[in-house]
Amino acid sequence: MVEWTDFERATIQDIFSKMDYEAVGPATLSRCLVVYPWTQRYFGNFGNLYNAAAIIENPMVAKHGTTILHGLDRALKNMDNIKETYAELSVLHSEKLHVDPDNFRLLADCLTIVVAARLGKAFTGDVQAAFQKFLTVVVFSLGRQYH
Amino acid sequence: MTTLTDKDKAIVKALWGKISKSADAIGADALGRMLTVYPQTKTYFSHWPDLSPGSGPVKAHGKKVMSGVALAVSKIDDITSGLLELSELHAFKLRVDPANFKILSHCILVVIANLYPKDFNPESHASLDKFLASLSLALSDKYR
Repeated sequence: MVEWTDFERATIQDIFSKMDYEAVGPATLSRCLVVYPWTQRYFGNFGNLYNAAAIIENPMVAKHGTTILHGLDRALKNMDNIKETYAELSVLHSEKLHVDPDNFRLLADCLTIVVAARLGKAFTGDVQAAFQKFLTVVVFSLGRQYH
Repeated sequence: MTTLTDKDKAIVKALWGKISKSADAIGADALGRMLTVYPQTKTYFSHWPDLSPGSGPVKAHGKKVMSGVALAVSKIDDITSGLLELSELHAFKLRVDPANFKILSHCILVVIANLYPKDFNPESHASLDKFLASLSLALSDKYR
């Protein structure tokens, strides 16, 4: 089981309580699709992903970005049992969606960068460490049920 | 994986033009974050008296790292040849596990996003990520 310090718990809850999901979600997914274009393989039915501008303006990307970000709420509410919390979603991503779990890491890196861009001075090294630890646990849990 | 297009090179040079005056600060911040967020990287610096972010050794080394980045920007048309000496240094003397280049690159990107959010849009991010990957590949070119 993952051990969280008081600082880590407070920091993670704080970041998400102030998060603008409708801005950060779309920004994160679109950034991922632009920076790591092979991730577009999972979104063949999303319409125009032809260039960066199209991806950033794509409403399906925006909607899905928000959905994914809200998916992190489960972990926020169950920080002491993230692995179990994501067991079902892990199976879904493996058996139905067939997503290479390395993509979760790529998306997590993009989320870190979007949050870093928005928080400015508040995004200290210690805050970054807590945030990335949280995302690492989520990423691990989402890949856990693959076989 | 890491052929830089003319567009990539133009974007990297333009971005570097904007941020290079803060290169020392960026390097120090990135290195400090790396040591904090990825504590396993501290194993390379056991000879430093002080590993805390903002300390003398961290600042000095951050500056050194960014001068390597500056060199790569100036030799962007052939980074592998341009970084030959640094590559030999890392291969035969420093022997840094190449996985750590990815880690430091990520921290550099985080700092740039943090300090220049408006300039660090997805396209700039993509080009800079490719550039740092090329740099990392050049640094490990002589490893084996």
